Amino acid sequence: MTFMAKPKVRHPSLPKNSLGLTRRDYEGSMSTLCAGCGHDSITAAIIESCWGLALEPQNVVKLSGIGCSSKTTAYFVGGGHGFNSVHGRMPSIAMGANAANRDLTYIGVSGDGDTLSIGLGQFCHAIRRNLNMLYIIENNGVYGLTKGQFSASADVGTQAKKGEVNRQPPIDPVLLAMTLGAPFVARSFSGDKEQLVPLIQAGMRHRGFAIIDVLSPCVTFNDHEGSTKSYAYTREHYDAAVNADFIPFAREITADYSAGESLPVVLHDGSRIVLKKIAPGYDPTDRIAAMAQIQAGMQKQEFLTGMLYLGRGDREFHDLNDMPQRALNSIPYEQLTPGSRAMDKILARFR
Amino acid sequence: MEPTNTGHPDYFHKVVDCQWACPAHTDVPEYIRLIAQGRFTDAYMVNRHSNVFPGILGRVCDRPCEPACRRGRIEDKPVAICRLKRVAADHRDDVVSLLPKTPKRKNGKRIACIGAGCASLTVANDLLPLGYEITMFEQWGQAGGLMRTNIPSFRLPAEVLDEEIALIVDRGVDLRLGARIDSMQNLLDEGYDAVFVGTGAPKGKELDLPGRRAGAANIHIGIDWLESIAFGHIESIGRRVLIIGVGNTAMDCCRSALRLGATDVKVMARKPRQYFKASEWELEDAEEERVAIVINHSPKRFVIENGKLTGMAFDVLEYDLDAGGRITGERVLREEFVAADDVILAIGQENAFPWIESGLGIEFDKWHVPTVDLKTFQSTRPGVFFGGDSAFGPKNIIWAVEHGHQAAISIHNHCQGKSVADRLAPGVNLHSRKMGMHEWSYANDYNPAERRLMPHVSLKERFKKIDIEVELGFTVEQVAAEVQRCLNCDVQTVFSAKLCIECDACIDICPVDCLTMTPNGTEAELRGRLKAPAANLTQALYVSEPLKFTQRVMVKDEDLCVHCGLCAERCPTAAWDMQKSTILWPQAVDEAEADHKALARTA
Ligand SMILES: Cc1cc2nc3c(=O)[nH]c(=O)nc-3n(C[C@H](O)[C@H](O)[C@H](O)COP(=O)(O)OP(=O)(O)OC[C@H]3O[C@@H](n4cnc5c(N)ncnc54)[C@H](O)[C@@H]3O)c2cc1C
Ligand SMILES: Cc1ncc(C[n+]2csc(CCOP(=O)(O)OP(=O)(O)O)c2C)c(N)n1
Ligand code: SF4
Ligand code: SF4
Ligand code: SF4
Ligand SMILES: [Mg+2]
Repeated sequence: MTFMAKPKVRHPSLPKNSLGLTRRDYEGSMSTLCAGCGHDSITAAIIESCWGLALEPQNVVKLSGIGCSSKTTAYFVGGGHGFNSVHGRMPSIAMGANAANRDLTYIGVSGDGDTLSIGLGQFCHAIRRNLNMLYIIENNGVYGLTKGQFSASADVGTQAKKGEVNRQPPIDPVLLAMTLGAPFVARSFSGDKEQLVPLIQAGMRHRGFAIIDVLSPCVTFNDHEGSTKSYAYTREHYDAAVNADFIPFAREITADYSAGESLPVVLHDGSRIVLKKIAPGYDPTDRIAAMAQIQAGMQKQEFLTGMLYLGRGDREFHDLNDMPQRALNSIPYEQLTPGSRAMDKILARFR
Repeated sequence: MEPTNTGHPDYFHKVVDCQWACPAHTDVPEYIRLIAQGRFTDAYMVNRHSNVFPGILGRVCDRPCEPACRRGRIEDKPVAICRLKRVAADHRDDVVSLLPKTPKRKNGKRIACIGAGCASLTVANDLLPLGYEITMFEQWGQAGGLMRTNIPSFRLPAEVLDEEIALIVDRGVDLRLGARIDSMQNLLDEGYDAVFVGTGAPKGKELDLPGRRAGAANIHIGIDWLESIAFGHIESIGRRVLIIGVGNTAMDCCRSALRLGATDVKVMARKPRQYFKASEWELEDAEEERVAIVINHSPKRFVIENGKLTGMAFDVLEYDLDAGGRITGERVLREEFVAADDVILAIGQENAFPWIESGLGIEFDKWHVPTVDLKTFQSTRPGVFFGGDSAFGPKNIIWAVEHGHQAAISIHNHCQGKSVADRLAPGVNLHSRKMGMHEWSYANDYNPAERRLMPHVSLKERFKKIDIEVELGFTVEQVAAEVQRCLNCDVQTVFSAKLCIECDACIDICPVDCLTMTPNGTEAELRGRLKAPAANLTQALYVSEPLKFTQRVMVKDEDLCVHCGLCAERCPTAAWDMQKSTILWPQAVDEAEADHKALARTA
């Protein structure tokens, strides 16, 4: 970690977004992670994304569990709301907050341990409920914070720093999310911001549960030879299947997308995701076929990345449960808590 | 782009903007750090090595370093480099014992220096330690040149001048005062091994307008007038004074006039303010003293009544400016009379050599400017060298000093039978500043302090005598804050591509977004792909070898780097390191040492 805080001085001609803010205005406190940790790059990608979308910092909610990855919510959008839950319980907090105020932008940051080991149940139910949030897994194959034990995403045969070999099969968050019906599923790499930033922006604008599994090497405990989650291994084995360009509502498409190769998908707020196929024959809108191709890739030690699946028209948590159209704090008190007589009426229906 | 050759001596030198801009290449960040540690004498010596007159220059240097200073690109105002130089000079101990010794045994070569200005003094300073015998001829009774005769003592006290001149002269110069050279032929006949002409540009320009002759008693040539004040020949002037011209000489004239009794002083400028030649700080100082600066007035004639000057008539002009502020047209609006008791002409100087005979092989161009080699300072006659204002016309002290250093190298080479053009190349040394995991042997934290303002003697006090120094010098608190503003531009970010694992840590932490990893391309392509705009084309891109995983290159825009070292702190593999660059800018002593080594090798 660095002992010197990043000074406030900035490039004098740093571009400003429509709120008049620079990228630097979306930073949080100083990172205490190990120098070179992939998680810090993801933090930078989130900062870039929030700046690019001109999010009002006070409308951003940052949620996490426990782990090095879960610490990172403190490092971006210092002006947002933050909540660190107990280990693996971030989805419950997200659920409650989202139910109470549907107007905010929810960003959950978790680790492979936090999500796939202790928090697997919560994760599955958040998908099942189609919670409107962006859920980022900073996936390094280990429990970084507790000094590098294998996590549930560690591949069979991968070696720990001291040489121990993992024998248990991994849980792949992408396949799991697709099985459970998540409408927006992506995978990326902390070292590829060009791919990652548009995915994060699309995930934040997308309505419903958006998950991005970001391979994020742990430089301290999982960056050695023999590891399948090191910088070197990831660089060699990751393959972009479909890249996404995120186009905010206001901006025109300027690039020339050749037909057949790219597919524009319009989101509910009018912004667009333009999917650009890279792997031949990969169709990110066909869930079954996509899952088959992802699995086939994994068998060849290839991690397909990018916008792996984008469903359409799914109803999110609020629609599924007939929730009010507004944040609860904007509903008059009498309406929100109609009193014991109204309660009696409700209970009477079950008698 | 090809990978940057950081071994080229100019590469890191250019990153140290102040040092690159300083004609004598003073190691500014090094002396500022020494001041920060309270090591004033050491700071003085670092300065003296390059610029020879730190006490003088710390007050009156033209300071080309300051507009170049990187801090001025990050914030508004550059580091007060010049003021800090004065701090070192004011607080130093006696340095006599630290100066290079003059050998008792001479090397048998005799050098004549004409003029005892800063150029000649620098030549003497550099050649004395090598055993040369220096004879210096000065027409006046005191050494110092224009620093003595023209720069007023309220800006540059005589004691400061005396002390720094003595540090050279007392080491064995045969100084002949009151010895004007009237014939180059005669001097050459005395058989010197080399002659250095450091006579300056002593002729003030005339303004030949109607009434000039009739009003002569009250019309003065600026530099002659200042000289007469310096020598005590003039002690008063009329109440209303006009200064014609708006360069630095004009600023000294108007402020001197106030001290000789004038109460209404106007500086008359032909053009709008952005065309003024005077430095911004000199203008500010004059305006602080309530000098009026009148623009768009073009002198037309001196007005004489009953044989006495009563003022001047001017054409009042109006200019058309284009979007870039350039003048595209001008017209006269009207004529205007401005009353005055005295007029001082401050419109420039020229060099003049009535005492150099033709036929000596020393050639002049059609403007009577000597033909002098830009690098060696040798004239068309081998063994005769020019430097300072005499070489290429009026410049300033620090340029004259650098000319002196370069001429000294040539004189040495000439006297040792070597080609004058064959000189040592500059060099650069790099040393890591890493002390521990997060420890560097320099203060790397960015300090947001703003530039300190120089305190002045009150307006009430300062006019009481001509030689009250107006600038008081920084207080201890001001020094402590100002030194922290320096960004240590000489502590370089040095990159090793083979160590990089492309984790992005350095890119994310850089507070001024100067780093980018991107596929290689032409310079224009790379500039277009950087994380933050890199519009300053005078600042280089540092391009690495291809990176091992992706074959991309690491590109650093040097322009706004604040040298905080965070990239190096953040890098898990120490691919970035912070290394102090020391620029080796050869002087005569280095040439002599190289000769010595070469001799030892052949022996
Ligand atoms: C009014 C004024 C203010 C200035 N202010 C500044 C300032 O603030 N900062 C700055 O950096 N520069 C300033 N300058 C410029 C600076 O003074 C000169 O550039 C610098 O002094 C040049 O040094 P030099 O050694 O070449 O010549 P000079 O300083 O001119 O010295 C030449 C010497 O040679 C002597 N000499 C000439 N002819 C003969 C002869 N035939 N025989 C014997 N001796 C002779 C002269 O008497 C003189 O002493 C100023 C100039 C003027 C006119
Ligand atoms: C209930 C509970 N059990 C165990 C722990 C210990 N613990 C802290 S972090 C962590 C694993 C974190 O791994 P991951 O989510 O992958 O984060 P990383 O540090 O790798 O980014 C564990 C097991 C805990 N804090 N709380
Ligand atoms: S231990 Fe690993 S995951 Fe945790 S901060 Fe260090 S590098 Fe990152
Ligand atoms: S910041 Fe310091 S080292 Fe850099 S240019 Fe300015 S004075 Fe020189
Ligand atoms: S921090 Fe070091 S290893 Fe990481 S990208 Fe920068 S130079 Fe390379
Ligand atoms: Mg982990």
